[in-house]
Amino acid sequence: MSLFLIAALPFIGAVFPALLIRAGRNAAASAAGLTTLLAFIGLMLHIPAVFRGETVFAAVDWLPALGLNAHFFLDGLGFLFAAMILGIGLLIILYARYYLSREDPMGQFYSYLLLFQGAMVGIVLSDNILLLLVFWELTSLSSFLLIGYWKHLPEGRQGARMALTVTGSGGLAMIAGMLMLGHIAGSYDLSVILQNKEAIQSSDLYLPALILILLGAFTKSAQFPFHFWLPHAMAAPTPVSAYLHSATMVKAGLFLMARLWPVLAGTPEWFYIVATTGLVTMLVGAVIALFKDDLKALLAFSTVSHLGLITMLLGFGTKIAAVAAVFHIINHATFKAALFMTAGIVDHEAGTRDIKRLGGLRHLMPITFTIGTVAALSMAGIPPLNGFLSKEMMLEETAHTIWNGSHLIVPALATLAALFSAAYSFRFIVHVFLGQKRDDYPGHPHDPNTGMWIGPAFLVVLVVLIGLASAKLAGPMVATAAGAVIGGGELPYYSLKLWHGLTPALYMSIAATIGGLSLLALHKPLQRAWNAMPRPEAKTIFEALIGAFTRLSQFVTEGLHNGVLTRYAAIMVTFTVAISYFAYRGGTLGVETRQMQEPGALPVVGWFALVVATLFIVAKHRNRLLSLVLIGVVGLVVSMSFNYLSAPDLALTQISVEVVTIILLLLALNFMPKETPVETPALTRLRDGAIAAVSGLGAGGLIYALLMRDFAFPTISDFHLANSYKGGGGTNVVNVILVDFRGYDTFGEIIVLGIAAMVIFALTEAVLGSKVRAFLLNRKPDLPQAGDAHPLMMVVATRVMMPLALMVAAYIFFRGHNLPGGGFIAGLVAAIAIIMQYMASGFAWATERQRYPYHAIIGSGVLIAAATGMGAWFNGKPFLTSDFGYLHWPPLEEFEWATAALFDLGVFLAVVGAVLLALESLSRFAWQPGISSEHAMDINPARDAAAKAGTEG
Amino acid sequence: MELLVASAVGILTAAGVYLILRRRSFPVILGLSLLTYAVNVFLFATGRLVTGAPPILNKYEEVAYTDPLPQALVLTAIVISFGMTAVVVMIALGAYLSSRDDGTAMPVEADGAEEDA
Repeated sequence: MSLFLIAALPFIGAVFPALLIRAGRNAAASAAGLTTLLAFIGLMLHIPAVFRGETVFAAVDWLPALGLNAHFFLDGLGFLFAAMILGIGLLIILYARYYLSREDPMGQFYSYLLLFQGAMVGIVLSDNILLLLVFWELTSLSSFLLIGYWKHLPEGRQGARMALTVTGSGGLAMIAGMLMLGHIAGSYDLSVILQNKEAIQSSDLYLPALILILLGAFTKSAQFPFHFWLPHAMAAPTPVSAYLHSATMVKAGLFLMARLWPVLAGTPEWFYIVATTGLVTMLVGAVIALFKDDLKALLAFSTVSHLGLITMLLGFGTKIAAVAAVFHIINHATFKAALFMTAGIVDHEAGTRDIKRLGGLRHLMPITFTIGTVAALSMAGIPPLNGFLSKEMMLEETAHTIWNGSHLIVPALATLAALFSAAYSFRFIVHVFLGQKRDDYPGHPHDPNTGMWIGPAFLVVLVVLIGLASAKLAGPMVATAAGAVIGGGELPYYSLKLWHGLTPALYMSIAATIGGLSLLALHKPLQRAWNAMPRPEAKTIFEALIGAFTRLSQFVTEGLHNGVLTRYAAIMVTFTVAISYFAYRGGTLGVETRQMQEPGALPVVGWFALVVATLFIVAKHRNRLLSLVLIGVVGLVVSMSFNYLSAPDLALTQISVEVVTIILLLLALNFMPKETPVETPALTRLRDGAIAAVSGLGAGGLIYALLMRDFAFPTISDFHLANSYKGGGGTNVVNVILVDFRGYDTFGEIIVLGIAAMVIFALTEAVLGSKVRAFLLNRKPDLPQAGDAHPLMMVVATRVMMPLALMVAAYIFFRGHNLPGGGFIAGLVAAIAIIMQYMASGFAWATERQRYPYHAIIGSGVLIAAATGMGAWFNGKPFLTSDFGYLHWPPLEEFEWATAALFDLGVFLAVVGAVLLALESLSRFAWQPGISSEHAMDINPARDAAAKAGTEG
Repeated sequence: MELLVASAVGILTAAGVYLILRRRSFPVILGLSLLTYAVNVFLFATGRLVTGAPPILNKYEEVAYTDPLPQALVLTAIVISFGMTAVVVMIALGAYLSSRDDGTAMPVEADGAEEDA
């Protein structure tokens, strides 16, 4: 089966439990189990190749330029982990089916579990480290969901949050480390990175990369001092703890260290950081575990301790230690998953997992007792179980390790940790199962049904078998995986057997076992002493830290983002000016290459009008009506200068937009206060003035500098000028650019315009649907109203103007391709012609004569433009490629016809619809009962005469 | 001429920024409009200033043309900025009608309930 499919199967399968839960819990569980089984079988099909020592590849290039590719590979190490993830996953799915109660949403559980499983499989199969990082983060997220599965429990939520914070921040550090690693190796593919040991270890970036990557691995694998999240994650349902916190997620960190072992290990930095951390973790975890009364807490700290053991072995950097590490990974997964499931069974049946309230369960739960005891003895390192073998190898390795010149320190501390490990393992057996039967259990302890104990039983059988026939059963797997860890080359000599003779390791082992038994005998006084000892409480420290961070970010956020728009604007403008100044100081300014042009009288007059109007707006902005008039002046001067400076299209557009904008602002001002009160103190105004002056100086200076110099690079405009007629069939280059060269942009822009109009419409609906409507209906105009709202002269004039204006629009539209004009301008002109009718004859009169809703006009415009663009497909060209030809219809002159004109029609319709929809929406605010008359004109002599005639007649 | 255009851009920018820093919505809208003029003229001017040479191709003789590309960009910018102004006006109007207050700052309110642990 392709590696893609193996990695994808759990993700695909994650959908089913959530859907199938309606069909019952068995259906959800079977769906989860089947997909996992399928992936597992797919993996097993690779056994022959992997055990031959080959590497299976599956690759798809995604973004090769960024080094981001979906490359997967499977070697011994990946196979070992994938097999553990999928195999134990299967057992957990079975176990969880019986463990979760009816109230728990089981479909959700299995979906999360499969998501997690997929992410884990992704990690161990990824060849590309960027891809690996993605899966790495996914495990953090999915484990967050799993740990917090019991949402109603505050411990669950807090534990999930803590796990996510710790592993997530470690993951961030690791991203940086991985990027450095990829940078040094020149590739983000592991298969390349693993070949570059010398380059990586001699690089200056080696140490930073190492530390960052180890931060990720240590947080994930709960190494001291990041170990504290793991016990708190025990608030998760037991199947989750058994899966994530024994066999898979916490092993991801170990996996990573093992994966990168060939390139990172072997340096003193690696040895002192990794081996020391592992040793400390092993000891600290073992000591704390002995004094935990909660079964799962005991197992959690024991897991921390065993992860430390494996980390330490990897840290030694010798090949034989790597073999021991791989072997212990297998052994730990078997006995620890079994132990977690045993603890879950005890909790489930006896109603508590507090060791103080347990004891004597041997008689009540014989099967559970057997499973738990064998697994715990293996954890203690008692022969002939598998835990003994790997612990023996570990002790043997420590005996040869020199730490900072000392031969003794590592073996002594390791033996001490083994001693505590034996003690808490014995305690697990003695205080839970042995002793007197009690009569105060919260539940009624009995052995669970088969579904629940079969999983752990299977694992315990493995524990025994691997112990008895290790070379046969586990030998090939260990050899293949260890071969992958050390990255090729000969494996050192080792033998997986129970009896190695009278080695130092054996003496250390015996000492640990005897010491463990005596510690257990002394447990009561020791526990009292432990409880009396002051200890740092990790959770309190963590929460204080998080609290400090929260306060800091709140302080920063509230300082910058306090709801005062003025402040944001000031900060943004100041910052922009500052970085522009920074760029100006850092760059160089070329010499002026252009001559200043002599302005004629006209530009000077225009400039004068613009400056005076602008200054007046600033000075008189409190009088809102006056400033509207003045802004009209500014707009007019701007349009005139466009015209003067060879941009007739812009002038036409600007002046028509100007008309529409002023009408819009007038409509809005109708409902708003006409004066702006004086609020800001003079000092603030001075400050704002200074900011404004500096930014104005900057913008003006920049454009002046630009205007006095020629283009620094060859312009692409020449291409447009040269091809406008040849390729686009039009002589108005600006219009050809709009509808042809940059048609895609224009297409997007009319859609944006349409969306803006829709937003306005929707806002109007929302506002008019709220209590504001009552206010609007009862509102008294705050300015004196005209006596004649719809004067006769104006009505008549606009009626006459309407066909003329539409004719002008049509003319502008049609000539647009060759002369100034086009869809945008024509649309604006047509819209203005219609707005005039609204203004003169009234809203009601105009609406009555409005046949097509404006939404539809916008929509048809966009659709016409799109259809024109798609027309090119039938011609075998890409979207929006235009075509044109020349027609000759006598008696007309020959004329040119381009598909771009059709596109321009779409633009035209979209502009008309958008402008009118916006203005119509706004004017709906003004509606009051009685305002609309059925007549277009308030005063109509003809009507009066007819009325008079009627009464007389 | 270059000096006139550059100073006009500077003055429009300064006036726009000053008005945007006011505390009521209407002056902010005016400021945005002024800033829009400034930006449009700025972009247009990046094609350098040329008089009497519109980018309308002359089929009959070789003449110089001004840069058409900034013009095409600014043309759509003008239309889009109308759409933007309209939306902003609508938001300002809706906010004023709903709260009878045209201040741009968020009203100061008492601290909400403590978040859960």
